[in-house]
Amino acid sequence: MKKILIVGGGTGGTILANNLARRLTEELAAGTVRITVLSASDKHMYQPGLLYVAFGRMASQDLYQDQASLFEPGIVFHVDPVKTFDMDNNRVETESGAEHDYDYLVICTGSRPNPESVPGLAEHANHVYTVEAAEKTLAALQQFEGGRVAIVTGVPHKCPMVPLELTFMMHDYFQDRGILDKVEFFYTYPIGRLHSLENVGKWAQREFDQLGIHYETLFNVKEVDGEKKQVHSEEGSVVDYDLLITVPPHNGMPVILENALGGGGWIPTNPNTLQMEGRENVFVLGDTTNIPISKAGSTAHYEAEALGENLAALVRLGTMVRTYEGKVFCFIEAGKDRATYASFDYQNPPQPQPPTQMIHWFKLAYNKLYWNSVRGLL
Amino acid sequence: MELIAAMKLAEVGDELEILSTDKGSAHDIPEWINKVGHEIVGCREEDGVYYIHVRKTK
Repeated sequence: MKKILIVGGGTGGTILANNLARRLTEELAAGTVRITVLSASDKHMYQPGLLYVAFGRMASQDLYQDQASLFEPGIVFHVDPVKTFDMDNNRVETESGAEHDYDYLVICTGSRPNPESVPGLAEHANHVYTVEAAEKTLAALQQFEGGRVAIVTGVPHKCPMVPLELTFMMHDYFQDRGILDKVEFFYTYPIGRLHSLENVGKWAQREFDQLGIHYETLFNVKEVDGEKKQVHSEEGSVVDYDLLITVPPHNGMPVILENALGGGGWIPTNPNTLQMEGRENVFVLGDTTNIPISKAGSTAHYEAEALGENLAALVRLGTMVRTYEGKVFCFIEAGKDRATYASFDYQNPPQPQPPTQMIHWFKLAYNKLYWNSVRGLL
Repeated sequence: MELIAAMKLAEVGDELEILSTDKGSAHDIPEWINKVGHEIVGCREEDGVYYIHVRKTK
């Protein structure tokens, strides 16, 4: 029997398990393949929904479904996160003390926001990367009566469009509240343009200039002085604020660091085969890789499809049959009722088009369709 | 962006080389390194790829 062990039940792990179960239906029925998923939670969260929670447009409880309900029949699922990876012996040990051996291991444990890594950031800034934080941001936006809104972004971070989306959505939110003339936006970004993707940065600059949104680039947040309401950057700038919004820096999960699998919790990964460097039968998906590409659900989705095809081929043919070309598709909310998108891969940069209401509706539809997507139906 | 993330993980004195096909990054990285106070060890371009070698100083 070939044993495929997937560690992590987020977007990548769930799509991969379902993709494999569909490809290997006969083998699962015959008992010649086993697909096991180990996860830290019995709930699955639609993480992009947190952005909408911060604006009162989705309820927190609507972001969750039972993890077990998302799997195809035949997939073995345990809520029992891995504690130790013993790759020399193709085995893991879980928090409960159970051991699982494998022929193929896939690690997709994700990432976590780490605002605590910047002095003052966790205490004084609002963000949208946990339910608690998104609900706190909603309260802060509701109570805000005007002044300067500063947006600061940490490196690396999950969901590359969020700094722009938060800014555009706050603009329209304050417009609807009738206080836009009392609000000044000050957007900062760590590199020398407004977004890591050059064409997205150019598009955003045109939009910001039209909307009167001020910005400063080469700004990496060093510390926040909550008493003086100032943000200091590594580059020596000081920005005053009345409301501070952050896209916090992220790290990989502690289990990756504790097992010394990669600096920062990111595992060195081949960008085309998704194999962990130095390990032929270990693969990495989604945020957990160190691949210089967006950390986003879409990335995990496309990677999972490529890897599903390859793992099925390894089981049946003993060889891989395709490469991951870096495909990513991200919607970009450009306000409360218009959106655009960025579609790109390793070789082809995105060409964002002017935002439309239609694309915004597609995004709202996708917020529901995600549950079909993660089941592998879309 | 990748360099900033890597610099956060590096120790003082570590040297890193970033390879980029992005002309904008080839301009921005030296500017950022100088602004923050790290050190440029060397820059070169070969067949459209920019090799930027830096040292973390603080």
